[in-house]
Amino acid sequence: MTAPRTLYDKIWDSHLVDIDSEGNGLLYIDLHLVHEVTSPQAFAGLKAAGRRVRRPDRTVAVPDHNVPTTPDRAQFVFEDEEARIQVETLDRNAREFGVNYYPMNDINQGIVHIVGPEQGYTQPGMTIVCGDSHTSTHGAFGSLAFGIGTSEVEHVLATQTLPQRKAKNMKINIDGQLGPGVTAKDIILAIIGRIGTAGGTGYVMEYTGSAIRALSMEGRMTVCNMSIEAGARAGLIAPDEKTFEYVKGKPHAPKGAAFEQALAWWKTLPSDDGAHYDTVIELKAEDIAPHITWGTSPQDVAPITGVVPNPADVKDEQKRAALERALNYMGLKAGEKLDTVPIQRVFIGSCTNGRIEDLRAAAAVAKGRKVAAGVQAMVVPGSGLVKHQAEEEGLDKIFLAAGFEWREPGCSMCLAMNADKLKPEERCASTSNRNFEGRQGARGRTHLMSPAMAAAAAIAGKLADVRKIA
Amino acid sequence: MDKFTTLTAVAAPLPMINVDTDMIIPKQFLKTVERTGLAKGLFFELRQTPDGKPVADFFMNQAQYKGAQILVAGDNFGCGSSREHAPWALLDYGIRCVIAPSFADIFYNNCFQNGILPIKLPQADVDKLMDDAKRGQNARVTVDLAKQEITGPDGGVIKFEIDAHKKHCLLNGLDNIGLTLEKKSKIDAFESKQHGTQPWLYAQAGR
Repeated sequence: MTAPRTLYDKIWDSHLVDIDSEGNGLLYIDLHLVHEVTSPQAFAGLKAAGRRVRRPDRTVAVPDHNVPTTPDRAQFVFEDEEARIQVETLDRNAREFGVNYYPMNDINQGIVHIVGPEQGYTQPGMTIVCGDSHTSTHGAFGSLAFGIGTSEVEHVLATQTLPQRKAKNMKINIDGQLGPGVTAKDIILAIIGRIGTAGGTGYVMEYTGSAIRALSMEGRMTVCNMSIEAGARAGLIAPDEKTFEYVKGKPHAPKGAAFEQALAWWKTLPSDDGAHYDTVIELKAEDIAPHITWGTSPQDVAPITGVVPNPADVKDEQKRAALERALNYMGLKAGEKLDTVPIQRVFIGSCTNGRIEDLRAAAAVAKGRKVAAGVQAMVVPGSGLVKHQAEEEGLDKIFLAAGFEWREPGCSMCLAMNADKLKPEERCASTSNRNFEGRQGARGRTHLMSPAMAAAAAIAGKLADVRKIA
Repeated sequence: MDKFTTLTAVAAPLPMINVDTDMIIPKQFLKTVERTGLAKGLFFELRQTPDGKPVADFFMNQAQYKGAQILVAGDNFGCGSSREHAPWALLDYGIRCVIAPSFADIFYNNCFQNGILPIKLPQADVDKLMDDAKRGQNARVTVDLAKQEITGPDGGVIKFEIDAHKKHCLLNGLDNIGLTLEKKSKIDAFESKQHGTQPWLYAQAGR
């Protein structure tokens, strides 16, 4: 009998092409997702070496990072010439190398991490890579999914494999029931606050416990999405009936007898009883309040009921300097109550929170209310299909009536590579994943939070506790 | 990829923790389809004030660090995105070695793809090198990859650990794709085995 294995161990073992005595493995990659920003140099490298894509059938390309989100993009209008060249380069490379492709004005286009699951490419037990750190999103299906650099993109295109060393196993267990107004986003922000932005370095993190099991697939994707913000190579959630139900019937999911065969294999994936984890972290769902970030690292989190921390309380010199820099950048004072801080912008969208459930949660808060005077609030659906479904449900009308903008799908102001960006010192309530300096625009100030909290901030005109609004 | 064997160069100090990839190169410089010319975006928002004036105490604006090829930085260097533009920008500026107490995983791997040596050292050793680096032009540091040694300006030697395979590839400037393609028969064998056990991964028609 073999020793009990974790979900990660099983996926690792079943994808090893080769491994040497020092642990240098070669991992087979089942699915390679590609976007316009990190792929041009990789395709150029292939071309220069006269190589082809080994598995174009397992490669999916979609432009998302710098596509415009305004209606005139239907006419291929770009504010930015360089962005247009990148999108056209992806167009050309996708067609030349024959990979699956969803062009900008296709109804199925969207953020690559939303398109993969939506189209049924993402399936349990797979190895999935993309030249994007938020590839960890797909771990919600019990697939080993992680971000890679452009040289590695070229390597996967050419060989369908990636040299890897095995990471350590971490278990993050969250039992109990979330309180009202508390979401998947608050779970992951609380985890990052607890273990820090490097807490997961060298690990693959598996999320377990009743609070995780109770999450929808959308919520699980939100949790896994930000695993990288804790430094982990990947995040994982064991597949269960919700997972199988989500995958079933998707355009590129196996059908009929093939689905049954796949299902039988997927059911063998969850971690065995007694499997070894190098580190175990426990959180109680009841202890998690709606969280927001106050600083310039995703670990700079606090409950919305909290206050801005005081650098004088920090002993370590480098950490104190980092905190002082963060408060200065964010224009916040030590001790300031978070729920009194005025905002000027709201961004609802991204691979973290741009799915239908996220838009429903934000619309539930926005319904019958108005965006506060002086606040510009933007809703950017994660894909064309999310946008379409939201419109079927009338969510667009709720947002528009409340004074939100309703945009075309893309990464948008999560990383501000297109025209959607903050002006210097503008403060934004954002459902995205990074609050780094300049992330959403030079000198822009980002507070990360859930879609419901972002909608609450839009209505209140300041950072606000959704529990007091709903 | 250029080999990395030994390097003797000025070491520049960047005494900050959690230097993220957006700081190393902001998003407006990612819209290129080239790997070169990215130095213009390196630390763009750290090295100048909001109104575009050079930040006087940032190493890129200080004469004594002109030509620096080694960077000494704080914990968790390179956290954030997978953008290889970060090591490309460092390389384009001339940085061949980054020394820090820890690195984010993706950035760390990306360095090796570009002939940059990232060295993890205990905090006390980094603190010592940071002090050396702050001394400016005198802070010529020698990094010997084969011996896994750093020699400081005062002659003191610090040993460092590195994965044997990564070391081999850097020392010889090896192309990973070429190495993997030598294992083509193993990849073929894996695919035919997986085709048998997970046929649904081979049955999909393109879109």
